[in-house]
Amino acid sequence: MNLTILTGATALLFLGFIFELVRRRRLREKYAVLWIFVGVIVLGLGLYPRALNRVAIAVGVANGVSLVLFFGVMFLLLVCLHLSWEASRLEDETRVLAEEVALLRLRMDEQSERTEERSAS
Amino acid sequence: MTETLSVGEPGTGTHAAASDGPAASDPAARPAAAPAEQPGTSTRRVLIIMPAWNEAESIGGVIAEIEDALPFVDVLVVDDGSTDGTAAVAHQAGAVALKLPYNLGVGGAMRLGYKYARDNDYDVAIQVDADGQHDPGYVPKLIDALSQSALVIGARFAGEGDYQVRGPRRWAMTMLSWVLSKLAHTRLTDTTSGFRACNRELISLFAEWYPVEYLGDTVETLVRTLRLGYRVNQIPVAMRRRQSGTPSQSPLKAMLYLGRAFLTLFLALVRR
Repeated sequence: MNLTILTGATALLFLGFIFELVRRRRLREKYAVLWIFVGVIVLGLGLYPRALNRVAIAVGVANGVSLVLFFGVMFLLLVCLHLSWEASRLEDETRVLAEEVALLRLRMDEQSERTEERSAS
Repeated sequence: MTETLSVGEPGTGTHAAASDGPAASDPAARPAAAPAEQPGTSTRRVLIIMPAWNEAESIGGVIAEIEDALPFVDVLVVDDGSTDGTAAVAHQAGAVALKLPYNLGVGGAMRLGYKYARDNDYDVAIQVDADGQHDPGYVPKLIDALSQSALVIGARFAGEGDYQVRGPRRWAMTMLSWVLSKLAHTRLTDTTSGFRACNRELISLFAEWYPVEYLGDTVETLVRTLRLGYRVNQIPVAMRRRQSGTPSQSPLKAMLYLGRAFLTLFLALVRR
């Protein structure tokens, strides 16, 4: 019973934290949806730990907890992969910005040089 | 195929004509070059792109030598986030200097160079190292060879010069040469050379797409170029001693190089 309270409370805190992040615009909605979904599942499993047992037996896993562990690890791996993908995309985007900055800086320098020449002559 | 390559932003052509940056110096440079010109270099606008990272010591001399030997070319230095004022030295020496806000690597610097070449309407772009190991005397030969193919590599190991490598680094280069020669239907002995010239079509391809990974800038560009049906060729060149910096020769680094060469080639071959 104590365990149920612990996991349930953790899940509620987690959900509250995500909600607060979204409210303060610190988390984009696309990620918020994902994490709220995770929070709800954790909450459900915290309150009814035996809910997965039947599924676990059906797929040949000894009990629900092992199944949760497996899915948890898989989920975290996928999230990490997604973050690497996002980081690569962001790097590509900043690269383009760096190029633009360099081109603009050149154009600006040329402009000011020409103005100086004109004012000198 | 070529239509899709040359798209870019629709406004860039007129944009380049309107901005009188490097074009302004061009009419002055061209008549001077006319009497001494080499065959095939008369009408084409040639840009030398020099990616440079903390090369302030050597770059002034390299630019001076190029302008001396090749008065008909424009020189663009892409300062890849240097902290030693490379861009300022290059500008002093008479080159156009683009200064990247932070280090992007050779591939990133080259893509910017090709963008500049495309926006300013150059016909030929030639990559030359800023450390002085590439002899500008070979540039006219590279340009001449462009009449036969879209990309020309200035290759070591092709008879000229006495450049030597040993161990895993050599195996990697042999493997790359073998595979890429098969793809190119011609013998390519030095696929990782950073001394290369390309024509207008490839400039607009590279302005949009240029690999940033280590070795990707040399190997993957070759694979893609060949896959798109362009001809690639090489001419033998002799490399000189670098004016600054030392080549890495540790065995561990050489092994790493071999692994990366395999990975780069594999990825280039399976990528679409």
